[in-house]
Amino acid sequence: MKFVDEFRAPELIAKAGEEIRKLADSDRHYRIMEVCGGHTHAIYRFGLKDLLPANVELIHGPGCPVCVLPMGRIDDGLSLAAQPEFIFAAFGDMMRVPGTHGSPLEYKARGMDVRIVYSPADALKLARNNPEKHVMFFAIGFETTAPSTALTLVRAKAEGLNNFSVFCNHVTIIPAIRAILDSPDMRLDGFVGPGHVSTVIGCRPYDWIAKAEGKPVVVSGFEPLDILQSIVMLLRQLRRGEAKVENQYTRVVPWEGNRAALRVMAEVFELRPYFEWRGLGFISQSALKIRESYGTWDAEQRFTVPGIRVTDPKAAQCGEVLKGVLKPTQCKLFGRECTPEQPVGALMVSSEGSCAAYYNYEHRKPITIANAATR
Amino acid sequence: MCLAIPGQIVAIDSQNTHLATVDVVGVRRKVDLGLLQDELPVPGDWVLIHVGFAMSKISEADAADQMETLTMLGEAAAAIEEVRGYGLENEIPDYPPQRWKQ
Repeated sequence: MKFVDEFRAPELIAKAGEEIRKLADSDRHYRIMEVCGGHTHAIYRFGLKDLLPANVELIHGPGCPVCVLPMGRIDDGLSLAAQPEFIFAAFGDMMRVPGTHGSPLEYKARGMDVRIVYSPADALKLARNNPEKHVMFFAIGFETTAPSTALTLVRAKAEGLNNFSVFCNHVTIIPAIRAILDSPDMRLDGFVGPGHVSTVIGCRPYDWIAKAEGKPVVVSGFEPLDILQSIVMLLRQLRRGEAKVENQYTRVVPWEGNRAALRVMAEVFELRPYFEWRGLGFISQSALKIRESYGTWDAEQRFTVPGIRVTDPKAAQCGEVLKGVLKPTQCKLFGRECTPEQPVGALMVSSEGSCAAYYNYEHRKPITIANAATR
Repeated sequence: MCLAIPGQIVAIDSQNTHLATVDVVGVRRKVDLGLLQDELPVPGDWVLIHVGFAMSKISEADAADQMETLTMLGEAAAAIEEVRGYGLENEIPDYPPQRWKQ
């Protein structure tokens, strides 16, 4: 396998691939879900599927925050920001995500004050620098970014900076995994657990997947070798008939997570009774809202939110792709009406969305591991 | 947004001790250390940064590995752009303030 030479540890990569072929029972078809969008991106970019036998299938999970955000929330956020003297601040990833009447970037072109920030702390700085304006930070992300938003709110409160608010769309990964396992058309054998989310929440929250659902979970790093090793660890468990939570990414993920980050999240956030996910529908206790004690800085408590609900375009099958029931190419719009340049569904917008990853690395420019490493 | 960017702590801010200057392949910006308050890093330590906040302490070797991973993933440039953007350094007032028109 000559193209493996490009990797940092080619002999280890080749060995891991060999080990996977040895461990996979040829009479069995394995369906392993990588929960995190970062893993999906890495798997496509490195062409890792080429190293797996045909009966070890990777299913792409819901771990792309931009992808699971329903369009109605974008519309809600943009309609709030249409008030005079408002600045709409968000991460760059959000800027091209389509709302009913355009993306934040298109609203900016029409005159709305829309700013890209790289950190919620900078949205707070915008508020400090523009005392005559109201800065609303459109917050998205799983537990990887939620603690930063929480700490920013703590700082805003300490400073008494009242021209700042957060429109909170933070979601939590565990209920989404539960929803996928509960879905009747789903059959999974195990999970490659998210790396950076686990830095915050640790490995314990996955225990029920192993104990109650009998599926192994291996928290994984993002290098090709990390992902392959995690698949080896999963297959080993499956072969022995075990189901436990293991941590492949010990160099970054502590078993107990980051307690300081969990504390600040508990101080600022509480669970919403339910929240809508694109493709997965309403999931109970799956998202975070800002506590009343921080109500002054919560756009939803402070302003009237229209509560817009938009059904996804009928022809787009984002939900099925998100749940791993369909492959991106099986959607009728894939590569025709829906492309990264003109996305219809959110899975095409983010580089971590499985449709965009599939389009960029498999559909448009088929690449091998050889050029992946050098590109 | 989901990038984990490795950087080395260069100095702790003397006035706001929850802020530190980090060096990410030569780009120096302030990041918030508040999420590591149980085990505050000191100058010389390496951390992984998410959206302007240091989230975990790592070894120097792991920091080098992480930078290489970002390069292999084609995300090194985006990571540097993100770090450059911390503190609104790149904020360009590209249009005069104007009212939102429907």
